[in-house]
Amino acid sequence: MKILTGNDLKTGDVIWWTGKSWSRHIGEAVDAGDNGEAVLAEESAAQRVNAAYIVDAAASPNGPLPLHIKDRVRAAGPTVRADLGINPDVPIVKG
Amino acid sequence: MYQYDKFDQAIVDARVEEFRDQVNRRINGEMTEDQFKPLRLMNGLYLQLHAYMLRVAIPYGTLSGKQMRMLGHIARKYDRDYGHFTTRQNIQYNWIKLEDTPDILADLASVEMHAIQTSGNCIRNISSDQYAGAAADEVADPRPWAELLRQWSTFHPEFSYLPRKFKIAVIASQEDRAAMRLHDIGLELVMRDGVLGARVFVGGGMGRTPMIAPEIAEFVKADDLLSYLEACLRVYNRYGRRDNAYKARIKILIHELGADEYRRQVAEEFAHVKTLGIDPPLAELERISAYFAPPAYEQGLSDEIDRSNPAFAHWVDQNVKAHKQPGYAIVNISLKPVGGIPGDASSDQIDLMADLAEKYGFDELRVTHAQNIVLPFVAKRDLFTVWQALDAAGIANANLDLVTDIIACPGLDYCSLANARSIPVAQKIAERFADAERQRDIGELKLKISGCINACGHHHAGHIGILGVDKKGVENYQLTLGGSGAEDVSIGKITGPGFDEDGIVDAVERAVEKYRAVRVEGERFIDTYRRVGADSFKEAIYG
Repeated sequence: MKILTGNDLKTGDVIWWTGKSWSRHIGEAVDAGDNGEAVLAEESAAQRVNAAYIVDAAASPNGPLPLHIKDRVRAAGPTVRADLGINPDVPIVKG
Repeated sequence: MYQYDKFDQAIVDARVEEFRDQVNRRINGEMTEDQFKPLRLMNGLYLQLHAYMLRVAIPYGTLSGKQMRMLGHIARKYDRDYGHFTTRQNIQYNWIKLEDTPDILADLASVEMHAIQTSGNCIRNISSDQYAGAAADEVADPRPWAELLRQWSTFHPEFSYLPRKFKIAVIASQEDRAAMRLHDIGLELVMRDGVLGARVFVGGGMGRTPMIAPEIAEFVKADDLLSYLEACLRVYNRYGRRDNAYKARIKILIHELGADEYRRQVAEEFAHVKTLGIDPPLAELERISAYFAPPAYEQGLSDEIDRSNPAFAHWVDQNVKAHKQPGYAIVNISLKPVGGIPGDASSDQIDLMADLAEKYGFDELRVTHAQNIVLPFVAKRDLFTVWQALDAAGIANANLDLVTDIIACPGLDYCSLANARSIPVAQKIAERFADAERQRDIGELKLKISGCINACGHHHAGHIGILGVDKKGVENYQLTLGGSGAEDVSIGKITGPGFDEDGIVDAVERAVEKYRAVRVEGERFIDTYRRVGADSFKEAIYG
């Protein structure tokens, strides 16, 4: 599956595309299918997201899980500061 | 310490207001991210894995208590209550909001600080010896020269769009505490026949192509130094490659031209530049140097230290270094608690270090490239009081230059360029070697970890270096041995196949135990490695 991520322009927060808007919780992300590029173009132009890109992911009981570790860390927050993460349920090392 | 004149303050204040306008235009949709990105980077604002990151310049790693306290204030008010001291003697904040950035820069400007030229293809923050002005072995204080270079390089119109970033280090001792020859330009101030000048090394660096800078000039008189550096930069700016970012650093140019040909071209350019009159008049040098006059030392202080507290005595032995002034000492504050994050300090810890500098250290602190803090001017009679305060704050770690004093870049926990995490590996190694007696028995061991080939964690210069790589989507760690960033500079060599996160900790331990088994009296890890050779260590590591 393809999910979409980017940053909130003002705060820099990592956000994920829910199908209607953007959420800080990856568990609310949806499969953008083949529409990813179109959504990113529209949302970026409207300044609702910054530096957005498409992430390869797989479905899991807790919601989409990025295939690459970099995006899993991005979703979870720094693994060395669990107190700062907002999606602590994302397994980092193994998908 | 140097204090801004009206020109310094005016250009920094103007930059704050310029950036405030740019941020407003970006938020209002008048600029795209593609248009805005180079502008924010010129002000040290990156977009990292989780959020915006602001890198603040600390010129030659030197700052006052007031400036340090402002760094704590920014961490507390605008970030998440901590900051990260870097291998460029700077500080980074990991959770900055774009909309706050102009106010942060205004706060910094109020204490003569900024984030200018902490990114981009320009001359970056000048780095120097953290013991400058206090070390017994220096031939001159390198700070006035570093400050002169700061002024020369700030907003230098000709060098704002170099082929790649450019890093300069200045030292004034034979002992190199600044990894000088691993910079684009390294300067070692020297005296010759009573005349101050510099050995000039050009073309060093780490990254994907590590190189040790060759000596391009064995002596450039101080009076000619700016002109000579201008010539060095001009040749690079003209002929450095701009078609391939991986081959754009000056080290590649010099490697391809050869040091002799580069030296010849610089000499030719210098003959022209010298006619332009850019070297400062003596009065200007004296004006700058006056800011770095020695502090008002008390005379007649005792050199005796009461060592009756064992923990304090260990800290003195490891973290307190000799000072050129009788009765005084250089205090190293290690930001490497076992299990902690190398280089991180909380707002409260930052405030405490500012307090200690003001009360006991003539109001001066240094940031080291090893991600520690130095109080360079502390009376020995105050050492115990300082230690007690540091201990209460959790930063009296008596491990300077030991195996747990690990340099680690932010790695994949924070950095969008990283391929692997660095900090967890540093934490596991520190925990493995947590026993203080074992650490002291091992002795000096520089262990450095980078989370990608850009080498911000200086792994090439580690006695033991670790490079995190992405191996088919899995973190993997290569081990290098034999590097050094000191006066015995060398580039570490890869031992063989990489390891997973736990395997690399075991491999480090096997290398260390090999050293302990074969060392002779007085040998450090690096000395033993050089004496017995790589094969013996490889056998111990891989079996």
